Amino acid sequence: MVDPHLLFEQLFNGVQYGILLFLLAAGLTLVFGIMDMMNLAHGSLYMLGAYIAATVALATDSFLLGIAVALPSTLVVGIFLEVVILRKLYDRGHLDQVLATFGMILFFNELVRLIWGPAGIEVPLPSILNQSLTLFSIPLPLYRILVIGVGLAVAGFLYVLVVKTKLGMLIRAGASNREMVGALGIDIKKIFTLVFGLGAALAALAGAMAGPIFAATIGMGENILIQVLVVIVIGGIGSIRGAFVGALMIGVIEIMGRSFLGDFFKLFLSGNAAETAAPAAASMLIYILMAGVLFFRPQGLFPARSG
Amino acid sequence: MKLTRETLVVIITFALLAIVPVIASLTEVPFYLDLGRRMMILAIGALSLNLIMGYGGMISFGHAVFVGIGAYVVGICAEHEVVSGFIQWPLALLACSIFAVVFGAISLRTRGVYFIMITLALAQMMYFLGVSLDRYGGDDGLPLAETSDFSGLIDLSEKNNLYYLIFVLLLLCLWICKRLINSRFGMVLQGARSNEARMQAIGFPVFRYQLTAFVIAGVMAGLAGILLANHTEFVNPDMMHWTRSGDLIIMVLLGGMGSLAGPIVGALVFILLEEALSGVTEYWQLIFGPFLILVVLFARGGLLGFLETRQSSDKPSDKPAEGSDD
Repeated sequence: MVDPHLLFEQLFNGVQYGILLFLLAAGLTLVFGIMDMMNLAHGSLYMLGAYIAATVALATDSFLLGIAVALPSTLVVGIFLEVVILRKLYDRGHLDQVLATFGMILFFNELVRLIWGPAGIEVPLPSILNQSLTLFSIPLPLYRILVIGVGLAVAGFLYVLVVKTKLGMLIRAGASNREMVGALGIDIKKIFTLVFGLGAALAALAGAMAGPIFAATIGMGENILIQVLVVIVIGGIGSIRGAFVGALMIGVIEIMGRSFLGDFFKLFLSGNAAETAAPAAASMLIYILMAGVLFFRPQGLFPARSG
Repeated sequence: MKLTRETLVVIITFALLAIVPVIASLTEVPFYLDLGRRMMILAIGALSLNLIMGYGGMISFGHAVFVGIGAYVVGICAEHEVVSGFIQWPLALLACSIFAVVFGAISLRTRGVYFIMITLALAQMMYFLGVSLDRYGGDDGLPLAETSDFSGLIDLSEKNNLYYLIFVLLLLCLWICKRLINSRFGMVLQGARSNEARMQAIGFPVFRYQLTAFVIAGVMAGLAGILLANHTEFVNPDMMHWTRSGDLIIMVLLGGMGSLAGPIVGALVFILLEEALSGVTEYWQLIFGPFLILVVLFARGGLLGFLETRQSSDKPSDKPAEGSDD
């Protein structure tokens, strides 16, 4: 029998991981949705945010200052990339976009290796955050609760931004018909630069917050990027709501799968077979889910372009 | 056959590849042989990707998965002491075709970015499967006890033999691709790339054609995988990693997508660049990354496209439009 305490704890970790995925997926899904742009370098911005935050935090001994520096500097890098390179690729096919942003990944990974060396950076937590809250006699790390809180705040902010403001209206309009918005005299390019910058800042926020949990490493961006792509595809490209639901789904499934799939398999497999099959199946779970969703709903769960 | 620049490029390329073993033994640098084999194996992979990407408009970002499956079948067979190539190779190709049917059937339900992402995700799935296959080396990979055994017909552990076998197979693949794209099948495929709705309206079952092409490409990539396993005598999950699929895409675009010889030239140039740049600096991707971006921005049509436009600058290019996936 599965320990209910462990179950709750892992569910909590899954939600926390899902929130991290959401911070990345939110920016990326808007970029995909509005400009129909395939951007693989989003994970590089996440990595950059993590490294900058870690460096500043270690140098100044202030975790908050690290985040405060990482956000604007990654935002600047993001806007630079958009204005200098990506803007020229909107009218190109997805293939060109894939290749150019793939080139960016290679560049950024190597740049980070050159500046920070091949080893990752462990980011220590400030002692205030390095404690646990006990809920129903289950200890929950305060830091992870904070990450969830920040994520929910960002989700709320994005909801208000996209649904309640004029800018949000233009973003939604751009997602459903870019040419028409342009024809009505709106400078859609400026909006996209803004959205891209916002996405870069959110990626940096995710990276900075991921630092103390996973440590900042080269290639951290690509591993999470693929999962973020799965989130976006499941949620429906261009949909913030889809990104939120998809991210929580993937986060929980990913974490719970790793912890409990072995136990689950033991119900109908021999102990040995379950032990060997579980890790393989756990790492494949989210992709199988994605294939399943796409098979029945090729546009994702919350298609943004449907009408 | 009219001697176009493309044909000329093919002839020169193969002539050069044919004398690599001679050069290697004269200069006593066996590394050239190794380099040449790697080039040709990747050329087969790129050739197969070009079939679906360049002619079919299906941008697969997970094509390396078939290279990996082909290699893994050889590796797993060898692990269980089944070393006969007569069993290993057909089995590997069969496995690739089965996976290609399943993956293709799922992926082809989607279009555009979704297609790119689902092929990427399916390949990553297999990558993680490879990583968690502890029985077959997991993350560390699986060394091949011996190369495929063709019971005296050809000894693949003799490196020159393997070289020329790959050489002949690359030629064969090129010939198959040429026949395919000029056949009725190839015409339908290219028609669907340009305007799928129209092809459907004329009455072609586009899905079936695309799936068939996907499977052919998958099997051909599997062949590259079989050869790769015999070449490195080692199999690991990294062969299926999504960056390997990215490499294949780069080769196709570098050489010129939708031209027959493009991927071969692309694979050769890719490996040469990799070798040359990594000789200059340890941080060679710092140069290679921006180089890719520049190629995308300014050298559309790749190297062969560059040649073609110089040859026939007076008539408009009939090259397939890039990114005609949606």
